[in-house]
Amino acid sequence: MSKQQSLKATEAIQASLKKRYARERRFQWYGRLAVLTGFVFLFILLFDIVSKGAPAFTQHYIKVNVDLSQEVLGLDPGASEQEIFSADYLGAIKTSLREMFPGATGRKEKQQLYRLLSIGAEYDLRDKVLADPGLIGHSSELWLRAHSEAGSYLKGQVTAGTAESERKVKDLQMTWLDQLRDQGRTESRFNTTFFTEGDSREPEMAGIRVALYGSFFTLLVTFAIAFPIGVAAAVYLEEFAPRNRITDLIEININNLAAVPSIVFGLLGLAVFINFFELPRSAPLVGGIVLSLMTLPTIIITSRAAIQSVSPSIREAALGVGASKLQTVIHHVLPVAMPGILTGSIIGMAQALGESAPLLMIGMVAFIMDAPAGVTDPATVLPVQIYLWADSPERGFTEKTSAAIMVLMGFLILMNALAVYLRRRFERK
Amino acid sequence: MDTTTVFLALLLLTVASFFMGRKRSHAVAAGQGGARALHSLPKHYGYMAALWALLPAMAVLVLWLVFENGILARMVVGDLPATVQEMSPSEQGLYFNQVVSYARGATDASMLDAAQIRAAEHYSALVSSSRLIKALLVLLVALCGAILALRRIRPALRARNHVESILKWILFSCSFLAVLTTLGIVLSVLFEAIRFFQTIPVVDFLFGLEWSPQMAIRADQVAASGSFGFVPLFVGTLLISAVAMIIAVPVGLMSAIYLSEYASRGFRSVTKPVLEILAGVPTVVYGFFAALTVAPFIRTLGESLGLHVASESALAAGLVMGIMIIPFVMSLSDDIINAVPDTLREASLGMGATMNETIRKVLLPAALPGIVGGILLAVSRAIGETMIVVMAAGLSAKLTINPLEAVTTITVQIVTLLVGDQEFDSPKTLAAFALGLVLFFVTLLLNVIALYVVRKYREQYE
Repeated sequence: MSKQQSLKATEAIQASLKKRYARERRFQWYGRLAVLTGFVFLFILLFDIVSKGAPAFTQHYIKVNVDLSQEVLGLDPGASEQEIFSADYLGAIKTSLREMFPGATGRKEKQQLYRLLSIGAEYDLRDKVLADPGLIGHSSELWLRAHSEAGSYLKGQVTAGTAESERKVKDLQMTWLDQLRDQGRTESRFNTTFFTEGDSREPEMAGIRVALYGSFFTLLVTFAIAFPIGVAAAVYLEEFAPRNRITDLIEININNLAAVPSIVFGLLGLAVFINFFELPRSAPLVGGIVLSLMTLPTIIITSRAAIQSVSPSIREAALGVGASKLQTVIHHVLPVAMPGILTGSIIGMAQALGESAPLLMIGMVAFIMDAPAGVTDPATVLPVQIYLWADSPERGFTEKTSAAIMVLMGFLILMNALAVYLRRRFERK
Repeated sequence: MDTTTVFLALLLLTVASFFMGRKRSHAVAAGQGGARALHSLPKHYGYMAALWALLPAMAVLVLWLVFENGILARMVVGDLPATVQEMSPSEQGLYFNQVVSYARGATDASMLDAAQIRAAEHYSALVSSSRLIKALLVLLVALCGAILALRRIRPALRARNHVESILKWILFSCSFLAVLTTLGIVLSVLFEAIRFFQTIPVVDFLFGLEWSPQMAIRADQVAASGSFGFVPLFVGTLLISAVAMIIAVPVGLMSAIYLSEYASRGFRSVTKPVLEILAGVPTVVYGFFAALTVAPFIRTLGESLGLHVASESALAAGLVMGIMIIPFVMSLSDDIINAVPDTLREASLGMGATMNETIRKVLLPAALPGIVGGILLAVSRAIGETMIVVMAAGLSAKLTINPLEAVTTITVQIVTLLVGDQEFDSPKTLAAFALGLVLFFVTLLLNVIALYVVRKYREQYE
């Protein structure tokens, strides 16, 4: 190569350098953009849920001057508790509302007036009277639960800006609510109902208590089955399994099960546990069994990794002083591997807590108002409750759905934080 | 005695056998110099007795519970009048269910005929005697096991080895459960699917272009035959998965490249866990997000551009599914890229190539098989994903590849066919199992290919 040619080549390279470096910078920006896209998606998702769900944690109450005279309630003096229980509280509320707003005359207007308060207000009033029978006989100012539509106006989610035909809170109701607010007769409180009640057709009366119980029982069953079996399987495969066809078969199966769609596990549960073994439908027992089969691969795979990472010197020391293989594993290897195993199990449980598709198959989608008392009672779980509420068209339920999602995510974050904490402690050792 | 009581009694017996075994080992060794004469520790003799008491009795209890209902039903139905014997199996089942619910006190006598009431009494008697026999049998077996084990205790008995070999079998059976689960899935799905294919020919199912599973209840009803063509569902599933992949693969892959090749250690250690939150979000949350936020947004956007967008468009479901899969693609590609040996990187950089050229011309070609495997795994996950599409995709099966229209998927149809009270024998419910079978095998195939490719790729650099 002559000197001149090589000079040319150098020039050519230098000329192209600018382009190459520009390309390099562009490529880096693509990378940053990709990471940023992921962040943006995550942010939008979380922001959307939180902004929709936050209002659900408050519930509006309206102060009503309720006339609890015996005539209105339809009670005789000296009525028994039973009679007080079944007195006409709805009538009392309606009368009182009419007295507060004498302007409501037509049938339609009255209907709108009554809809300011929740259907549950009647029962709230009954409980108040039962707790304090002294209320009977005179009128008193009482806080009663607002209807969810009235509540959404008071929360500012619905404004007069939308056309009247497109919102459920009518103009007349808005004037009334404005009056009440100006008189200091409305109040926003923390929504305890959301945590203490079961499902309901009325958004302001619906809560996640049943779903929380159901999730708890389901996870209990899942953990009771998946943890011992998963750890036992991992111990066998790591410490005892001979290298042969059966071991290979087991390993292939575990890897494949980890990738089987969750809904297929639901089909298994339906065909085997419900139709063949005739276990009860909608019960946390079946849900727990199905979820445990689903989380087993996760637990086995992470437990194996934890057992593998135990240093061989511990094994050899135990074997050297005459412990049997099983004694070595139970007394020395497992205690050291336990934080890692627990980390994996918690992550598996978190998966099970968020899972809903297989539970739809085994009938855990029922409308259930009473909390289950055991693993064989019909129940629903938190994610399925979210699915059910998400289908309801009322605005109040959209809010409740997001709030339930926040609760679910809270539990998941807690579980994952615990797993991370365990892993950190484990690593320091 | 009900099952819980029997179980508790059995546990009590087990604990008692442990103590008796331990005591007996001391007793037999007493004449020969105490516990030192024993082959194993005294507690091992106790464990042995306990296991002998527990395991056979548990097996009997489980078998009894599994077969109790079936045998009782057969015994009761066998004694019913001839008119009942001639009924079809499903009618007989209904007839028998009424008997059972009356016997349990769930319904009153007004709905039943005299033969059913007699059968119900017969059934109640059988149930109570079955309970008694079950309790006696289980406890007897436990007792026999314990006594057998206790009688065998001698100082020379290798109790520890005995207990350990039993435990090893238990460990083995726990890991064998994975095989049984797979078998259970295949058999349960296959069995129902075969029943489905007896009414609907396999060819019609696999190549039919129309899916409308509405079957007539009576034979003389108009439009009596539902059509069970699988193709529109499959195309819909692929359409949504394709949209998801178009989002997830570039974002996931580029993030992985950036994080493993460019980003500083600190940036990486913060960014990666944050993006992995996306993988931990429950799918029902994505479904809600897709149905209530993304779908209306896309619809409004499309309309402002003058396009017709269905309110349950494939685009919305696919987009959200793509977001869900980003961390999956990211961590798989991250593993793969990290597995490429540094010598390749350094050789390329040493020749004066820029990082970008190294990645595009050296790393990616070397990592390509692994990345393809990872993408296949992601596709299999997208195909099997249920909640997002149940909440955000449509129900009517339309054969289209336009992502702005509503399509339905395999998983959506399984859920709609099976949720709610249904007769279990109708082709409509059985169709769900046929779909499940196809879903299982498609995802299995993708997983097997993907795992094979990934493993081959890893071996290449080991």
